Amino acid sequence: MEELIKRYEYEIIANDFDIAGSTSSSIKRNLKSIGVDPSIVRKVAIVSYEAEINIIIHSKGGKMCLEIYKDKLTIRAHDNGPGISNIDLAMSEGFSTATNEAREFGFGAGMGLPNMKKYSDNFNITSSSEGTNIDIDIYMD
Amino acid sequence: MKVSEIKDLLSAEIHSGDHLMSKEIIGAYASDLMSDVLASIYLDDKAVLVSGLNNTQLIRTAEMLDLSVIVMVRGKKPHPEVIEMARENGMALLTTNLNMYNSCGLLYSKGVKGFSNGRID
Ligand SMILES: Nc1ncnc2c1ncn2[C@@H]1O[C@H](COP(=O)(O)OP(=O)(O)OP(=O)(O)O)[C@@H](O)[C@H]1O
Ligand SMILES: [Mg+2]
Repeated sequence: MEELIKRYEYEIIANDFDIAGSTSSSIKRNLKSIGVDPSIVRKVAIVSYEAEINIIIHSKGGKMCLEIYKDKLTIRAHDNGPGISNIDLAMSEGFSTATNEAREFGFGAGMGLPNMKKYSDNFNITSSSEGTNIDIDIYMD
Repeated sequence: MKVSEIKDLLSAEIHSGDHLMSKEIIGAYASDLMSDVLASIYLDDKAVLVSGLNNTQLIRTAEMLDLSVIVMVRGKKPHPEVIEMARENGMALLTTNLNMYNSCGLLYSKGVKGFSNGRID
């Protein structure tokens, strides 16, 4: 096991469009301030933002974590349901069940999960009616 | 081309970011859907984000991508909180009455290109 240097946890509230993205913004500023390479920060910011928005628009709310290791950054997104019934379908580009309200805010392209996978070095998703868990690693070299 | 030239080309109004007028732009992202925008990363920040979206998620998306120049199309009046967030992030926010198609067409005709997979198309 790699040694954990620091861990931050953030509460994400369902349907709160006013502050949507503020957690990813904090994560981004935090990583910038400790001198992480800008191209790495950008990848982490994108996956974090996509995960944060999904919790807000598709779930009952949940948590996000940023873990800083020596050679990698880990983003964990966990929510309290209702879960994703068909993960393969949800992972396909263009699939979306976003509501009209979410679409008005610029979401619903069905690209969030594919983007998370694309920008991560390790991407893991599990889901049940209890909730969805996503773990993403991005290496720092 | 420079941001000031984009302003003239699109007959745009500027709402924030006067300090970026001489910034050089070589590429563009264009969509109303933010995850479409986030599907490509360009290697640096010399790009403009063209969109019809008028809410704070437009600014958030630009922030995640390190973009500092945004053009809002179709004659939208940016909401005060959108202008405020653009200012806080030191971004240039422009608006034009042109629609998305014509805005992009004009930019393209002046050599501003799209991106895919981190490269200019
Ligand atoms: N945390 C979640 N809880 C429940 N369902 C989810 C969750 N995340 C994603 N989904 C389901 O997977 C689909 C695809 O998600 P994805 O992020 O790729 O697209 P989107 O959120 O609909 O649109 P976009 O991310 O492009 O704005 C969603 O429409 C939704 O049905
Ligand atoms: Mg999404």
